[in-house]
Amino acid sequence: MKAIGKKSGKKAFLKNVKRSRWLYLMFALPFLYFIVFKYGAMAWLVIAFEDFNAFKGVFHSKLVGLKWFKTFISDPYFWNIVKNTIVLNLWNIVICFPAPILLALLVNEVKNKAFKKFTQTVSYLPYFLSTVVVCGFITNIVASDGLINQILKTVGMEPVTFLMEPQWFRPIYVISELWQGCGWGSIIYLAALAGVDQQLYEAASIDGASKLQQLIHISLPGIVSVISVQFLLTVGRILSIGYEKIILLYNGSTYKTADVISTYVYRRGLIEANYSYGAAVSIFQSVIALFLVVMANKAAKKVGQTSLW
Amino acid sequence: MKRKLSTGDRIFTIAVTIILVLVCLCVVYPIYYMLIVSISDGYAVTRGEVNLIPKGCNLAAYKAILSNKYVPNSYKNTIIYTVSGTLVNLVMTGLCAYPLSRKHFFGRRIFNAVIVFTMFFDAGIISQYMVVDSLHMRNTIWALIIPGSISVWYMMIMRTFFEDIPEDLFESARLDGANDLTIFVKVVVPLSKAVTATMLLFYAVGHWNAFLTPLIYLDDRNKLPMQLILRNIVMGADASISGSMSISSDVATMSMNIKYAAIFITILPILLVYPFVQKYFVKGVMVGSVKG
Repeated sequence: MKAIGKKSGKKAFLKNVKRSRWLYLMFALPFLYFIVFKYGAMAWLVIAFEDFNAFKGVFHSKLVGLKWFKTFISDPYFWNIVKNTIVLNLWNIVICFPAPILLALLVNEVKNKAFKKFTQTVSYLPYFLSTVVVCGFITNIVASDGLINQILKTVGMEPVTFLMEPQWFRPIYVISELWQGCGWGSIIYLAALAGVDQQLYEAASIDGASKLQQLIHISLPGIVSVISVQFLLTVGRILSIGYEKIILLYNGSTYKTADVISTYVYRRGLIEANYSYGAAVSIFQSVIALFLVVMANKAAKKVGQTSLW
Repeated sequence: MKRKLSTGDRIFTIAVTIILVLVCLCVVYPIYYMLIVSISDGYAVTRGEVNLIPKGCNLAAYKAILSNKYVPNSYKNTIIYTVSGTLVNLVMTGLCAYPLSRKHFFGRRIFNAVIVFTMFFDAGIISQYMVVDSLHMRNTIWALIIPGSISVWYMMIMRTFFEDIPEDLFESARLDGANDLTIFVKVVVPLSKAVTATMLLFYAVGHWNAFLTPLIYLDDRNKLPMQLILRNIVMGADASISGSMSISSDVATMSMNIKYAAIFITILPILLVYPFVQKYFVKGVMVGSVKG
């Protein structure tokens, strides 16, 4: 086989190409898309090593080596945004990660089909509302004349300017994430729960185990591998937090807790048109994120496999 | 054979029900609150009297919103962006997923690797902006529908679906002399209604809700989609827009109503369609998680 393959290597190659010609024709446009918009964008990252000037263009701008990276790392603000990115993600992991698991375990206990369906339908809904809608709602209920402050006034407490105070940013952010993502996140766990062997429950109930005991000793262990995979993947994304919501909710007075790497790139790089600096910070973020994601995926694969045996 | 529940189990079941009812209330109440404020009397709202049931019923806020010169136009823009964007998404994703699902596609593994890598390494917003700018797409509809035309994740879901189509169907079509393109159009696409519906919905919601992309690439106010106009109205980022709503004699007392009305007309299409298509969304997640 091998000898034949070698002899007619070129012929076989041409034959294979010819056999796939229609597929190449179809694939051309998507391939072009990835080359231009994904790899093209990566190529543009060279401006991080230049003093990029839009008039001179990317080929004639002055090379400055690692200048922008050094500027970024030696900036005292550097640690602030790295810290904010990680802390905000940790809040997210602590609160928004376990919530869908709990929800799925509870929904799984519901025997009434209609009620189960209703709960699921309702809890998935917020996932489909836009960030602008969610943030617009938040801005208004926490406004000085909004619902929350009206309540505070009725119980005789001082009104709070929530969006102007750094210590309120993280709770507001995390609560809104929870509201939007909890139900949707539970889908995957519900699917895993549906796969747990029903005989285990029957056997346990014959042995006199209560429902709560069954939940803890059968349901939870049944989905623990899915949980660990999801957990690792979440940790892998710790540097790349969605920043649409932050852009909509933060302002100068809350930068102290709200400004993360992505928003910093957006503001310094894009709004202030300091493209080279923005690109440098982007590279810093993407390289570490890549490392984390690859590690997390490897670990997740390992966990996924061992649980199979 | 149903056995009687023990007291502990009964308490447990009741507790579960109560918690889930509370969860549902937490989800529904904000949406309900926006609705009742938007149709209530402006004074009652500012006095904080509208919490559970609407006070009075007036659609003045909706009239104010719809008579604003930017709102109907932005709604139209959003519809155009969503329809054309989703169409481009579906065609591009299909054209990408189908060749990659065929075992005899020569170079399949390399192409796959080239594409999957882009999922892990994000070039970032600056360089994306540079690409769009260098192609002179800024301030055009192209900036909204071309740069994100294929989501690798959805493409993989689609590819998995295509891979599961029985090989016999391809064989018999090939014996009839059909080439891969014909097979795709005549055999694969008709068989893929379910996965196409799922993709369509995910992509469409993405376009409908898009905020960051239009924020970055569009300057011309007449081209802005609803989400951006909504941001300006609701978060008061643009005085000239909320200022132009002086239809009511007392805009100040109406401002809360107007804001919630603006939010409500943006989510209305989603609220109306969602219950009927929810199962397709769930299906999409399932396929993705099982075989991703």
